[in-house]
Amino acid sequence: MISLKVNGVDRNFDGSPDMPLLWYLRDVLKLTGTKFSCGQGLCGSCTVHINGAAMRSCVTPMKAAAGKSITTIEGLSANGDHPVQKAWKDANVPQCGYCQPGQIMQAASLLKKTPKPTDAQIDSAMRGNLCRCGTYQRIRTAIQLAAKVMA
Amino acid sequence: MTTHDRIQTVSRRGFLEGVFSAGALIIGATPAALLGGEADKAVWHPSVYLGLQKDGTVIIVAHRSEMGTGIRSVLPVIVADELEADWAKVKIEQAIGDEKYGSQNTDGSCSIRDFAEAMHTAGASARMVLERAAAQKWGVAVGQVKASNHVVTGPSGQKAGYGELVEIAAKLPLPKPAEVKRKDPAAYRFIGKELPTIDRDNLVMGKGTFGYDAEMPGMVYAAIERPPVMGATLTSVDDSEAKKVGGVKQTVKLDGLTQPYLFQALGGVAVIADNTWSAFEGRKKLKATWNQGPNAGYDSDAYKAKLLETAAKPQKVVRKAGDVDAVFAKGGKTHEASYYVPLLAHAAMEPPAAVASFENGKVITHAPTQNPQAVQEAVSAALGIKKQDVICHVTLLGGGFGRKSKPDYVVEAAKLSKAVGKPVKVVWNREDDLRFDYFHSVAGMYMKAAIGADGQPAAWLQRSVFPSIGNMFAKDAKYGADFEMGMGWIDNPFTIANFRAENGPAECHVRIGWMRSVSHIYHAFATHSFVDELAAQANADRVDYYLKLIGPGRVIDAEIVKQGALHKPDKRFPIDTARLRRVLEVCASRSNWANKKSGGGKGYGIVAHRSFLSYIAAMVEVEVDAAGKVKIPRVTYAIDPGRIINPDRVRSQFEGAAVFGTSIAMLGEMTAKGGVIQQKNFDTYPVARIDEAPRVVDVHIVPSSAPPAGVGEPGVPPIAPALCNAIFAATGKRIRELPLRKAKLV
Repeated sequence: MISLKVNGVDRNFDGSPDMPLLWYLRDVLKLTGTKFSCGQGLCGSCTVHINGAAMRSCVTPMKAAAGKSITTIEGLSANGDHPVQKAWKDANVPQCGYCQPGQIMQAASLLKKTPKPTDAQIDSAMRGNLCRCGTYQRIRTAIQLAAKVMA
Repeated sequence: MTTHDRIQTVSRRGFLEGVFSAGALIIGATPAALLGGEADKAVWHPSVYLGLQKDGTVIIVAHRSEMGTGIRSVLPVIVADELEADWAKVKIEQAIGDEKYGSQNTDGSCSIRDFAEAMHTAGASARMVLERAAAQKWGVAVGQVKASNHVVTGPSGQKAGYGELVEIAAKLPLPKPAEVKRKDPAAYRFIGKELPTIDRDNLVMGKGTFGYDAEMPGMVYAAIERPPVMGATLTSVDDSEAKKVGGVKQTVKLDGLTQPYLFQALGGVAVIADNTWSAFEGRKKLKATWNQGPNAGYDSDAYKAKLLETAAKPQKVVRKAGDVDAVFAKGGKTHEASYYVPLLAHAAMEPPAAVASFENGKVITHAPTQNPQAVQEAVSAALGIKKQDVICHVTLLGGGFGRKSKPDYVVEAAKLSKAVGKPVKVVWNREDDLRFDYFHSVAGMYMKAAIGADGQPAAWLQRSVFPSIGNMFAKDAKYGADFEMGMGWIDNPFTIANFRAENGPAECHVRIGWMRSVSHIYHAFATHSFVDELAAQANADRVDYYLKLIGPGRVIDAEIVKQGALHKPDKRFPIDTARLRRVLEVCASRSNWANKKSGGGKGYGIVAHRSFLSYIAAMVEVEVDAAGKVKIPRVTYAIDPGRIINPDRVRSQFEGAAVFGTSIAMLGEMTAKGGVIQQKNFDTYPVARIDEAPRVVDVHIVPSSAPPAGVGEPGVPPIAPALCNAIFAATGKRIRELPLRKAKLV
């Protein structure tokens, strides 16, 4: 039995300890905001916060999530009003939107650690998150917007 | 031919019953350009549905698929504006697949082009009928009432909300086409403004439902081991280990496909499980053996050599002016070059997935598809049922780029549901997505010019060779199809007295399909790289050289038809070189081209290209460091796509196209050995990341009164040639083969 906290709620899981956290979130808890895309930690679509840090849930087995506190996009804010989400709306970032939960979780984690990121810091924090629609310019703008609001 | 959009009230009975409530006023519309004549009058299929409910809610049916362009928000904006609706009272319903909507195939950058006019007319007609209803209610002349923001106001200050008028309005005739009065553009409240899409807020909360998120009660999950080589057949499978994986329920064999491939399922062995991960894990444990079949010899290196060899020899002429050979025979100065663009994969962030349920001879599916009617056709053909018995609900698409107009993955889900007697969700992983794509054609091009005294080409020969998309629809379609030739090849806009375009044959060993901007990708790369080579030899300013090459502003459709090109002139969208010149000039001025001096690792490249009826120029700035690493500080676009609806969504499409084009130019290449595709994930098939993408993309929209044309695709073709031209300017290295990550720049 694996115990963990997801978006503030205590959960127990008695399935395979090797199942990636991503599939537990999506298939078991039906929290489908966290996305599958590469399955190997290469694209960032599945990014969640584990004990506050951005991690790739597709390569995090359940046994590694035991005892941890997980935050998904659904738990980032109640009404989409986290400063990063607001900035994402102000900059009209999403196109198809599939990668955006991962981008937002990554950006929220970046701003928590680095409230005033430079361009180079944005590059290094965000380069693991792919967007095939090519919204990078607006992602950068939104991160800068959120940084101002959060300062 | 009908010249007016066809607008009519329609019955709620039948397929609209689930969308509108009883008593609603429902209006259907079809754009004049899509009306075929007598046949269409007999069975009328409106593309646009607009309904007014008694509670005042306006429902607009979005019959196009949402894959990130904003289309399902932007088209309804036109209706709402013409209707004088309150946007807060507008609800958008995603259409299921049904031929009653006309074409729903969301590709070819044509949604606004084909449907904007009918949206205007439908909205204006509804507004007018509401005004007539109010005039009747109050016993006043219709000229005395006015609709504004969901309320009609009468001469003595009477007010009636739209909902109150529905009952009367539903009994009145719609205005005749000649009577329809559209709003004065100066009075637009939504058109030309930057309304957020209806999906934006949900998407930033992770609430959008994509195909990968779709569920049906009692569904199981399926991962499929597909034939590793195109056309391979299963000889044996041992599933004993697979069945031991927790959560795995059973395995199912799927028949292979037959030619033509169309959108059939590839076949293979499916592992059915009660969650995605178990299906993936079980599938890894399958031991399948295959008869590799006729494509087992496919080797992408050998194939490339063959393509370039074919391109170096005379081939089928597809357009001809003057006598190219006679000029070459004179023995003056010539220049020649070969170009190569590899096989590419779409790699949308959401891999293919679909859930389907087969019950009592009918299929219900929820799928991320660009073309729900193709789903109906492909699924009904595979299962031997009627097209109407396939109900396709369209989810959001996590990127499409052309891949999701081919519904093979939905066919898989439907066949498996029939086999296991439960709803089945088919889940592709990234490896499946890359290996079993409908790839963008690999292409080889050969270019030769005789240089005149002014440095301009006195003769120009262009030859392209690529496996045609036609191979999916007919066995052995060796040559490029007309639509492929029409994409940046026979529609070349240059003024050259002696001109010849050719196309050579190529074998097809994988599935080929359209990808964002299709044949323009390789045709534009060769054409505009070669222009830059000629301009470099002439030591000419690139913009001056281009303008001379394009020649005076004029419509060239008749010229190219006279030169034997299979080109169907489109009166609404003639090839107008004045518009091409204009975007080039605007791009040059906005990018400060005249003052940009290449050197010291910095370089600038500029290209103007017409595609999807839009005129685009792009200037790409590069920095190449001492290690040969390329950075793109800025891309400046000047675009003329005709009239536009939402400038923000137009700009976003070009911002994205610059990144998509960068991935093609710098990174993308699929290869094959023994018929097996070698790339399995983003480590071996990289796409541009935030630090590799252009840092800034400036999009300048040239004001235009021309009819709306394409926006989603036309930003892609100029990027690869402009980027490579900029690298030449910075380093003196000419890139003739993509991707340029393989080139040594220092």
